[in-house]
Amino acid sequence: MMGIDLKNINRVFQVGDESVYALNNVSLHIDAGDYISIMGPSGSGKSTLLNILGLLDRPNTGQYLFENVDISSFSDEQQALTRSEKIGFVFQVFHLVPRLTAAQNIELPLVLAGVDSEERRHRVDKILKSTGLVDRAHHKPGQLSGGQRQRVAMARATIMNPSIILADEPTGNLDRASGKEIIEVLEGLNKEGMTLIIVTHDPGLGRRAHRQIRMIDGQIEATIHNEVG
Amino acid sequence: MKWVDYFYFAFGALRGFSVRTILMLVAMSFGVAAVIVLTGLGDGARRFIASEFASLGTNLLIVLPGKSETAGVSPGSFVGQTTRDLTIDDALSLTRNSTTDRIAVITVGAASVSRGRLDREVTIVGTSHHFLDIYHWKMAQGRFLPKTDMRTEQSVIVLGATLKEELFKAENPVGEWVRVGDRRFRVIGVIASEGQSFGMDAGDMAIVPVSSAQSLFNQASLFRILIEAKNRDVLELAKKQIINTLKERHQGEEDVTVISQDAVLQTFDNIFKTLTYSVAGIAAVSLIVAGILIMNVMLISVSQRTAEIGLLKALGAKTHEIQNLFLVEAVLLSVLGATIGLIIGDIGCRIIATIYPDFPAGAPVWAIFSAFFVSVVTGLLFGVSPAKRAAKLDAVEALSK
Ligand SMILES: Nc1ncnc2c1ncn2[C@@H]1O[C@H](COP(=O)(O)OP(=O)(O)O)[C@@H](O)[C@H]1O
Ligand SMILES: [Mg+2]
Repeated sequence: MMGIDLKNINRVFQVGDESVYALNNVSLHIDAGDYISIMGPSGSGKSTLLNILGLLDRPNTGQYLFENVDISSFSDEQQALTRSEKIGFVFQVFHLVPRLTAAQNIELPLVLAGVDSEERRHRVDKILKSTGLVDRAHHKPGQLSGGQRQRVAMARATIMNPSIILADEPTGNLDRASGKEIIEVLEGLNKEGMTLIIVTHDPGLGRRAHRQIRMIDGQIEATIHNEVG
Repeated sequence: MKWVDYFYFAFGALRGFSVRTILMLVAMSFGVAAVIVLTGLGDGARRFIASEFASLGTNLLIVLPGKSETAGVSPGSFVGQTTRDLTIDDALSLTRNSTTDRIAVITVGAASVSRGRLDREVTIVGTSHHFLDIYHWKMAQGRFLPKTDMRTEQSVIVLGATLKEELFKAENPVGEWVRVGDRRFRVIGVIASEGQSFGMDAGDMAIVPVSSAQSLFNQASLFRILIEAKNRDVLELAKKQIINTLKERHQGEEDVTVISQDAVLQTFDNIFKTLTYSVAGIAAVSLIVAGILIMNVMLISVSQRTAEIGLLKALGAKTHEIQNLFLVEAVLLSVLGATIGLIIGDIGCRIIATIYPDFPAGAPVWAIFSAFFVSVVTGLLFGVSPAKRAAKLDAVEALSK
């Protein structure tokens, strides 16, 4: 079964003399196509979990099987390649490059992957149309609203057709209406088959996932299976 | 990532120039401009001297009093100590050598040349008939010094064009009389050549027979003897003959220096080449300063764009790709600075060429290429450390900035 398996993951930060367990013996299985929300108080380890899932960070101990491959054997290069091909990130603060236009920001993963420019233009055009951003294509992030910026960021996260979308408080900086719009787009991607993992503080949003994970002090305190999803 | 995209991305990142970037570009461009202008001057000087000497025939040998100590020709030979004067009789003895074609002697002084109430202080060259041909000068009016015995004084004078203009305006001077010091000379011709030649202003001078000049300045010695050998092949033989003849005349003492213009040319060539290289070296130091500024600009750029670097990593950029991105950016900066510098340097050379039209200032091609090459290397060298720093950034930490 393709998917993700975390077994006894520890992530420890050394702060002065103290060892801070951002993740403390976390085990988790995520199926391909799953929709999971991660909730919990600030500092409970949600982002750290997401970063490890997204191969941006490595656990200190424990086993991580990504699509049945143990990633501890991966070189940094292989991790980068996996991020490029399989993982899409959406951030609370969007992380758009301010000097690039919306279209250029969306194009960035393709540029990094070495896709030739013809193909790039074709794919960017397609995604601009499907996300309704065509008339914003040549705007810089500074000229876009928060909701539009996050839509650009999502287009960027999905242009490589990843198998997993990792969204860290994607609606945290948005008003309710824009937030709802963003969530609908993300859920649409999940329906198309992408695994969706969202960190959120919004209980209403958390309940929409197939599964809700509650974290406290680096540990998974509870897993709630939602009936409606 | 494709190379063209590195350039495209790096260029985009450069576009928002900061004051720091502009300062760095100024430093870089002035470094390169300095290389171009200074080597342009050095090389110009070399070519200037070369063309001066080229106007003399290649068969020319120059005899000067005093023995230069070094085997070759050193600049010191021009100020060598005079042990024994060269005389007109010395010169005449050389005409009998089998290899000698033509001879001219030179003695130099300064005196005022006057006509009526007009007068002008000029260089007076005392010489002989063949001087004109050996120097490849032309007459504008009248004749040059007649082919007579060098030992006889004659009160005739040939004027430079400027001097003629000064004393005679548009009048025909030939046959008129002028005063040189307290003597009277009859004008027999006017030199057509103008401009500088061997530090002498061909226009602002007067030429009299060598004996007349010697009595005018009350000296029996010669400044130089110029000998044109029959051809290039006998140059070495001619040199030996000259030294032997004069040694015989000087009681067996070898107290003259004979130089061929090839040797002089070579010496000047070497002097100016050395000068040009060292000047290029000094100017290159300013490129190092520019390099340090590039490093500074790039380090600041890396710290300001930390979040962007984190994002690129999240999007799948590999470590070496991040490094290349910033390296390309540093090289672009450097090359941009160098290009501006080449343009400024070229303008500088053109300005010098406009002010001194006779002086062929212009950077040699090697200097232009090496300035460019060095600037690329500078960008690479000083770009490495910032680029490595960017590449090493922790993705998670970078994203949280
Ligand atoms: N780079 C780090 N250095 C030290 N401590 C860290 C670092 N990153 C996270 N932590 C600590 O790990 C814990 C979990 O952090 P995080 O995963 O960001 O929490 P959350 O996203 O749930 O707010 C916190 O106590 C945080 O202070
Ligand atoms: Mg967090």
